[in-house]
Amino acid sequence: MGSGHSPCASCKLLRRRCTKDCTFAPYFPSDDPHKFAIVHKVFGASNINKMLQELPVHQRADAVSSLVYEANARVRDPVYGCVGAISYLQNQVSQLQMQLAVAQAEILCIQMQQDQPPMLPPSMEAISDHDLIDNDKSIFYENNMIPQYLNYSSSNSNNVIHDSLKRESFFGHDMHVS
Amino acid sequence: MNPGRCAACKYLRRRCPRDCIFSPYFPPTNPHRFSCVHRIFGASNVGKMLQQLPVHLRTEAAETLYYEAQCRIENPVYGCVGIITQLHEQINDAEKELARAQAQIAVHRHDPHLQPKQQQQEEFQVEASEPAAITDSSWLEQNEFDSSALLSPLDSTWFL
Repeated sequence: MGSGHSPCASCKLLRRRCTKDCTFAPYFPSDDPHKFAIVHKVFGASNINKMLQELPVHQRADAVSSLVYEANARVRDPVYGCVGAISYLQNQVSQLQMQLAVAQAEILCIQMQQDQPPMLPPSMEAISDHDLIDNDKSIFYENNMIPQYLNYSSSNSNNVIHDSLKRESFFGHDMHVS
Repeated sequence: MNPGRCAACKYLRRRCPRDCIFSPYFPPTNPHRFSCVHRIFGASNVGKMLQQLPVHLRTEAAETLYYEAQCRIENPVYGCVGIITQLHEQINDAEKELARAQAQIAVHRHDPHLQPKQQQQEEFQVEASEPAAITDSSWLEQNEFDSSALLSPLDSTWFL
Protein backbone atom coordinates (compact mmCIF):
# COMPACT_ATOMS: atom_id res chain seq x y z
CA MET A 1 0.00 0.00 0.00
CA GLY A 2 3.01 2.22 0.53
CA SER A 3 3.79 2.05 -3.19
CA GLY A 4 0.50 3.81 -4.00
CA HIS A 5 -1.32 1.01 -5.80
CA SER A 6 -4.67 0.02 -4.33
CA PRO A 7 -4.77 -3.34 -2.53
CA CYS A 8 -6.41 -6.25 -4.33
CA ALA A 9 -9.75 -7.57 -3.14
CA SER A 10 -8.15 -10.39 -1.18
CA CYS A 11 -5.73 -8.18 0.74
CA LYS A 12 -8.57 -5.76 1.46
CA LEU A 13 -10.68 -8.56 2.90
CA LEU A 14 -7.77 -10.08 4.79
CA ARG A 15 -6.69 -6.62 5.93
CA ARG A 16 -3.09 -6.99 5.02
CA ARG A 17 -0.54 -5.21 2.93
CA CYS A 18 -0.85 -5.94 -0.77
CA THR A 19 2.68 -6.49 -2.03
CA LYS A 20 3.92 -6.13 -5.60
CA ASP A 21 4.17 -9.88 -5.99
CA CYS A 22 0.84 -10.67 -4.28
CA THR A 23 -0.38 -14.04 -5.62
CA PHE A 24 -4.01 -12.98 -5.61
CA ALA A 25 -3.73 -9.49 -7.10
CA PRO A 26 -3.87 -10.46 -10.83
CA TYR A 27 -7.04 -12.50 -10.32
CA PHE A 28 -8.96 -10.66 -7.62
CA PRO A 29 -9.08 -6.98 -8.58
CA SER A 30 -10.29 -4.50 -5.98
CA ASP A 31 -13.38 -3.62 -8.03
CA ASP A 32 -14.89 -7.09 -7.53
CA PRO A 33 -14.76 -7.87 -3.81
CA HIS A 34 -17.51 -10.49 -4.07
CA LYS A 35 -15.36 -12.77 -6.21
CA PHE A 36 -12.72 -13.27 -3.53
CA ALA A 37 -15.24 -13.26 -0.70
CA ILE A 38 -17.02 -16.27 -2.12
CA VAL A 39 -13.92 -18.39 -2.81
CA HIS A 40 -12.57 -17.47 0.60
CA LYS A 41 -15.83 -18.58 2.19
CA VAL A 42 -15.72 -22.01 0.52
CA PHE A 43 -12.02 -22.80 0.13
CA GLY A 44 -10.20 -20.39 2.41
CA ALA A 45 -7.49 -17.92 1.41
CA SER A 46 -4.66 -20.18 2.53
CA ASN A 47 -5.87 -23.11 0.41
CA ILE A 48 -6.38 -20.91 -2.64
CA ASN A 49 -2.91 -19.50 -2.22
CA LYS A 50 -1.43 -23.01 -2.02
CA MET A 51 -3.40 -24.15 -5.08
CA LEU A 52 -2.30 -21.17 -7.14
CA GLN A 53 1.31 -21.49 -6.05
CA GLU A 54 1.35 -25.08 -7.28
CA LEU A 55 0.27 -24.04 -10.76
CA PRO A 56 2.27 -22.44 -13.56
CA VAL A 57 1.33 -18.77 -14.00
CA HIS A 58 -0.39 -19.26 -17.37
CA GLN A 59 -2.92 -21.66 -15.80
CA ARG A 60 -3.83 -19.62 -12.75
CA ALA A 61 -6.51 -17.47 -14.38
CA ASP A 62 -8.44 -20.57 -15.48
CA ALA A 63 -7.99 -22.14 -12.06
CA VAL A 64 -9.41 -19.03 -10.40
CA SER A 65 -12.39 -18.99 -12.79
CA SER A 66 -13.20 -22.60 -12.04
CA LEU A 67 -12.76 -22.07 -8.29
CA VAL A 68 -15.13 -19.11 -8.43
CA TYR A 69 -17.64 -21.22 -10.36
CA GLU A 70 -17.41 -24.06 -7.85
CA ALA A 71 -17.67 -21.71 -4.89
CA ASN A 72 -20.77 -20.06 -6.37
CA ALA A 73 -22.32 -23.47 -7.00
CA ARG A 74 -21.61 -24.54 -3.44
CA VAL A 75 -23.06 -21.37 -1.95
CA ARG A 76 -26.21 -21.73 -4.10
CA ASP A 77 -26.53 -25.41 -3.27
CA PRO A 78 -24.76 -26.21 0.01
CA VAL A 79 -25.57 -29.93 -0.26
CA TYR A 80 -24.61 -30.81 -3.84
CA GLY A 81 -22.63 -27.84 -5.17
CA CYS A 82 -21.17 -28.52 -8.62
CA VAL A 83 -21.96 -32.19 -8.34
CA GLY A 84 -25.62 -31.34 -8.84
CA ALA A 85 -24.84 -29.89 -12.24
CA ILE A 86 -22.81 -32.97 -13.17
CA SER A 87 -25.66 -35.27 -12.19
CA TYR A 88 -28.14 -33.25 -14.23
CA LEU A 89 -25.92 -33.18 -17.31
CA GLN A 90 -25.20 -36.90 -17.08
CA ASN A 91 -28.92 -37.57 -17.18
CA GLN A 92 -29.19 -35.40 -20.28
CA VAL A 93 -26.38 -37.32 -21.95
CA SER A 94 -28.09 -40.65 -21.14
CA GLN A 95 -31.40 -39.47 -22.57
CA LEU A 96 -29.79 -38.22 -25.75
CA GLN A 97 -27.85 -41.44 -26.19
CA MET A 98 -31.07 -43.40 -25.81
CA GLN A 99 -32.79 -41.27 -28.44
CA LEU A 100 -29.81 -41.67 -30.71
CA ALA A 101 -29.84 -45.46 -30.32
CA VAL A 102 -33.54 -45.53 -31.23
CA ALA A 103 -32.97 -43.37 -34.30
CA GLN A 104 -29.99 -45.42 -35.42
CA ALA A 105 -31.93 -48.68 -35.01
CA GLU A 106 -34.63 -47.21 -37.14
CA ILE A 107 -32.18 -46.24 -39.86
CA LEU A 108 -30.80 -49.77 -39.77
CA CYS A 109 -34.32 -51.15 -40.19
CA ILE A 110 -34.96 -48.87 -43.12
CA GLN A 111 -31.66 -49.81 -44.74
CA MET A 112 -32.31 -53.50 -44.27
CA GLN A 113 -35.71 -53.17 -45.87
CA GLN A 114 -34.24 -51.30 -48.80
CA ASP A 115 -31.53 -53.92 -49.27
CA GLN A 116 -34.05 -56.76 -49.55
CA PRO A 117 -34.65 -57.76 -53.18
CA PRO A 118 -38.33 -57.56 -54.14
CA MET A 119 -40.02 -60.97 -54.25
CA LEU A 120 -42.05 -59.96 -57.36
CA PRO A 121 -40.74 -58.20 -60.44
CA PRO A 122 -42.21 -54.68 -60.76
CA SER A 123 -44.44 -55.71 -63.67
CA MET A 124 -46.26 -58.16 -61.41
CA GLU A 125 -47.20 -55.47 -58.87
CA ALA A 126 -49.70 -53.93 -61.26
CA ILE A 127 -51.45 -57.24 -61.89
CA SER A 128 -54.81 -57.35 -60.16
CA ASP A 129 -56.47 -60.43 -58.77
CA HIS A 130 -58.71 -60.67 -61.81
CA ASP A 131 -55.75 -61.20 -64.10
CA LEU A 132 -54.59 -64.26 -62.26
CA ILE A 133 -55.83 -67.74 -63.03
CA ASP A 134 -57.52 -69.20 -59.97
CA ASN A 135 -54.80 -71.83 -59.55
CA ASP A 136 -52.00 -69.31 -59.49
CA LYS A 137 -53.91 -67.10 -57.15
CA SER A 138 -54.52 -69.97 -54.74
CA ILE A 139 -50.78 -70.77 -54.61
CA PHE A 140 -49.96 -67.25 -53.46
CA TYR A 141 -52.76 -66.99 -50.95
CA GLU A 142 -52.29 -70.46 -49.55
CA ASN A 143 -48.63 -69.83 -48.88
CA ASN A 144 -49.49 -66.40 -47.57
CA MET A 145 -46.53 -64.97 -49.43
CA ILE A 146 -47.84 -61.75 -50.93
CA PRO A 147 -49.91 -60.45 -48.00
CA GLN A 148 -47.15 -61.19 -45.46
CA TYR A 149 -44.44 -59.57 -47.57
CA LEU A 150 -46.54 -56.54 -48.33
CA ASN A 151 -47.48 -56.16 -44.68
CA TYR A 152 -43.85 -56.30 -43.65
CA SER A 153 -42.56 -53.89 -46.26
CA SER A 154 -45.29 -51.27 -46.10
CA SER A 155 -47.40 -51.22 -42.97
CA ASN A 156 -44.76 -52.65 -40.62
CA SER A 157 -42.18 -50.07 -41.57
CA ASN A 158 -44.78 -47.36 -41.21
CA ASN A 159 -45.58 -48.67 -37.74
CA VAL A 160 -41.90 -48.67 -36.75
CA ILE A 161 -41.43 -45.10 -37.95
CA HIS A 162 -44.76 -43.98 -36.46
CA ASP A 163 -43.91 -45.45 -33.04
CA SER A 164 -40.45 -43.94 -33.02
CA LEU A 165 -41.88 -40.57 -33.97
CA LYS A 166 -44.32 -40.87 -31.11
CA ARG A 167 -41.37 -41.48 -28.82
CA GLU A 168 -39.59 -38.52 -30.33
CA SER A 169 -42.57 -36.29 -29.78
CA PHE A 170 -42.56 -37.46 -26.16
CA PHE A 171 -39.04 -36.12 -25.94
CA GLY A 172 -40.15 -32.87 -27.46
CA HIS A 173 -39.46 -33.16 -31.16
CA ASP A 174 -42.06 -32.03 -33.67
CA MET A 175 -42.32 -34.56 -36.46
CA HIS A 176 -45.10 -34.73 -38.95
CA VAL A 177 -46.55 -38.21 -39.46
CA SER A 178 -47.84 -38.67 -42.98
CA MET B 1 -5.44 -40.52 22.80
CA ASN B 2 -8.75 -42.19 22.18
CA PRO B 3 -8.22 -45.04 19.67
CA GLY B 4 -11.80 -44.54 18.47
CA ARG B 5 -11.10 -41.14 16.94
CA CYS B 6 -12.61 -40.30 13.56
CA ALA B 7 -10.35 -39.79 10.55
CA ALA B 8 -10.60 -36.00 10.90
CA CYS B 9 -9.52 -35.89 14.52
CA LYS B 10 -6.73 -38.38 13.83
CA TYR B 11 -5.52 -36.19 10.98
CA LEU B 12 -5.80 -33.04 13.09
CA ARG B 13 -4.20 -34.82 16.05
CA ARG B 14 -6.86 -33.85 18.51
CA ARG B 15 -9.32 -35.43 20.83
CA CYS B 16 -12.48 -36.68 19.13
CA PRO B 17 -15.45 -35.44 21.16
CA ARG B 18 -18.72 -37.36 21.34
CA ASP B 19 -20.51 -34.73 19.26
CA CYS B 20 -17.67 -34.39 16.71
CA ILE B 21 -19.16 -32.86 13.55
CA PHE B 22 -16.86 -34.96 11.35
CA SER B 23 -17.07 -38.42 12.87
CA PRO B 24 -20.30 -39.67 11.21
CA TYR B 25 -18.93 -38.78 7.74
CA PHE B 26 -15.20 -39.42 8.09
CA PRO B 27 -14.74 -42.82 9.68
CA PRO B 28 -11.24 -43.89 10.76
CA THR B 29 -11.31 -46.68 8.17
CA ASN B 30 -10.98 -44.16 5.33
CA PRO B 31 -8.31 -41.57 6.18
CA HIS B 32 -7.89 -40.59 2.51
CA ARG B 33 -11.39 -39.15 2.44
CA PHE B 34 -10.72 -36.51 5.07
CA SER B 35 -7.24 -35.71 3.86
CA CYS B 36 -8.72 -34.89 0.40
CA VAL B 37 -11.38 -32.52 1.69
CA HIS B 38 -8.96 -30.98 4.13
CA ARG B 39 -6.46 -30.28 1.37
CA ILE B 40 -9.00 -28.45 -0.78
CA PHE B 41 -11.52 -26.95 1.60
CA GLY B 42 -9.80 -26.96 4.97
CA ALA B 43 -11.12 -28.53 8.15
CA SER B 44 -12.66 -25.32 9.45
CA ASN B 45 -14.65 -24.67 6.26
CA VAL B 46 -15.86 -28.26 6.04
CA GLY B 47 -16.95 -28.14 9.67
CA LYS B 48 -18.82 -24.84 9.12
CA MET B 49 -20.52 -26.13 5.96
CA LEU B 50 -21.70 -29.28 7.71
CA GLN B 51 -22.85 -27.38 10.81
CA GLN B 52 -25.01 -25.11 8.65
CA LEU B 53 -26.94 -28.05 7.20
CA PRO B 54 -29.72 -30.09 8.77
CA VAL B 55 -28.41 -33.46 9.98
CA HIS B 56 -30.24 -35.51 7.35
CA LEU B 57 -28.44 -33.66 4.53
CA ARG B 58 -24.93 -33.84 5.90
CA THR B 59 -24.07 -37.27 4.50
CA GLU B 60 -24.81 -36.11 0.94
CA ALA B 61 -22.92 -32.90 1.52
CA ALA B 62 -19.86 -34.75 2.83
CA GLU B 63 -20.04 -37.09 -0.17
CA THR B 64 -20.17 -34.26 -2.71
CA LEU B 65 -17.42 -32.32 -0.94
CA TYR B 66 -15.23 -35.41 -1.15
CA TYR B 67 -16.07 -35.81 -4.83
CA GLU B 68 -15.26 -32.19 -5.60
CA ALA B 69 -12.03 -32.40 -3.64
CA GLN B 70 -10.98 -35.50 -5.58
CA CYS B 71 -11.78 -33.78 -8.88
CA ARG B 72 -9.72 -30.77 -7.87
CA ILE B 73 -6.75 -32.92 -6.85
CA GLU B 74 -6.94 -34.86 -10.13
CA ASN B 75 -7.31 -31.70 -12.18
CA PRO B 76 -5.87 -28.72 -10.26
CA VAL B 77 -6.80 -26.21 -12.97
CA TYR B 78 -10.43 -27.09 -13.70
CA GLY B 79 -11.55 -29.55 -11.02
CA CYS B 80 -15.24 -30.49 -11.36
CA VAL B 81 -15.71 -27.77 -13.90
CA GLY B 82 -13.62 -29.78 -16.37
CA ILE B 83 -16.14 -32.61 -16.14
CA ILE B 84 -19.02 -30.19 -16.67
CA THR B 85 -17.31 -28.87 -19.81
CA GLN B 86 -16.83 -32.40 -21.14
CA LEU B 87 -20.48 -33.24 -20.49
CA HIS B 88 -21.60 -30.12 -22.35
CA GLU B 89 -19.46 -31.18 -25.30
CA GLN B 90 -20.92 -34.69 -25.19
CA ILE B 91 -24.42 -33.23 -25.19
CA ASN B 92 -23.54 -31.02 -28.13
CA ASP B 93 -22.13 -33.93 -30.11
CA ALA B 94 -25.07 -36.20 -29.27
CA GLU B 95 -27.57 -33.53 -30.33
CA LYS B 96 -25.80 -33.10 -33.67
CA GLU B 97 -25.73 -36.86 -34.24
CA LEU B 98 -29.38 -37.11 -33.34
CA ALA B 99 -30.31 -34.31 -35.72
CA ARG B 100 -28.36 -36.06 -38.47
CA ALA B 101 -30.09 -39.38 -37.80
CA GLN B 102 -33.50 -37.74 -37.68
CA ALA B 103 -32.80 -35.96 -40.95
CA GLN B 104 -31.91 -39.30 -42.50
CA ILE B 105 -35.14 -40.83 -41.27
CA ALA B 106 -37.15 -37.85 -42.53
CA VAL B 107 -35.59 -38.18 -45.97
CA HIS B 108 -36.40 -41.88 -46.09
CA ARG B 109 -39.96 -41.15 -45.13
CA HIS B 110 -40.18 -38.53 -47.83
CA ASP B 111 -38.81 -40.74 -50.59
CA PRO B 112 -37.89 -44.31 -49.72
CA HIS B 113 -36.52 -44.95 -53.25
CA LEU B 114 -33.99 -42.11 -53.21
CA GLN B 115 -30.49 -42.90 -54.57
CA PRO B 116 -27.60 -42.46 -52.05
CA LYS B 117 -26.22 -39.25 -53.65
CA GLN B 118 -29.65 -37.62 -53.82
CA GLN B 119 -30.28 -38.81 -50.29
CA GLN B 120 -27.18 -37.00 -48.97
CA GLN B 121 -28.28 -33.77 -50.64
CA GLU B 122 -31.76 -34.07 -49.18
CA GLU B 123 -30.38 -34.85 -45.73
CA PHE B 124 -28.18 -31.76 -45.90
CA GLN B 125 -31.20 -29.63 -46.77
CA VAL B 126 -33.29 -31.14 -43.99
CA GLU B 127 -30.48 -30.64 -41.45
CA ALA B 128 -30.00 -27.06 -42.54
CA SER B 129 -33.68 -26.30 -42.16
CA GLU B 130 -34.07 -28.09 -38.83
CA PRO B 131 -31.04 -27.22 -36.74
CA ALA B 132 -30.43 -29.32 -33.63
CA ALA B 133 -30.74 -27.65 -30.27
CA ILE B 134 -27.34 -26.16 -29.50
CA THR B 135 -26.27 -26.26 -25.91
CA ASP B 136 -25.14 -22.88 -24.69
CA SER B 137 -21.45 -23.28 -23.92
CA SER B 138 -21.07 -19.98 -22.09
CA TRP B 139 -22.21 -21.65 -18.88
CA LEU B 140 -19.15 -20.36 -17.02
CA GLU B 141 -20.61 -16.87 -17.24
CA GLN B 142 -24.07 -18.03 -16.26
CA ASN B 143 -24.82 -18.32 -12.62
CA GLU B 144 -28.42 -19.25 -13.25
CA PHE B 145 -28.17 -23.05 -13.01
CA ASP B 146 -31.26 -24.26 -11.24
CA SER B 147 -30.13 -27.06 -9.02
CA SER B 148 -33.72 -27.75 -7.98
CA ALA B 149 -34.09 -29.55 -11.33
CA LEU B 150 -31.78 -32.30 -10.11
CA LEU B 151 -33.03 -35.85 -10.13
CA SER B 152 -30.55 -37.75 -8.00
CA PRO B 153 -27.09 -37.32 -6.55
CA LEU B 154 -24.09 -38.47 -8.52
CA ASP B 155 -23.31 -42.16 -8.58
CA SER B 156 -19.87 -42.14 -6.99
CA THR B 157 -18.66 -45.05 -9.13
CA TRP B 158 -18.96 -42.79 -12.19
CA PHE B 159 -15.92 -40.88 -11.05
CA LEU B 160 -13.65 -43.92 -10.92
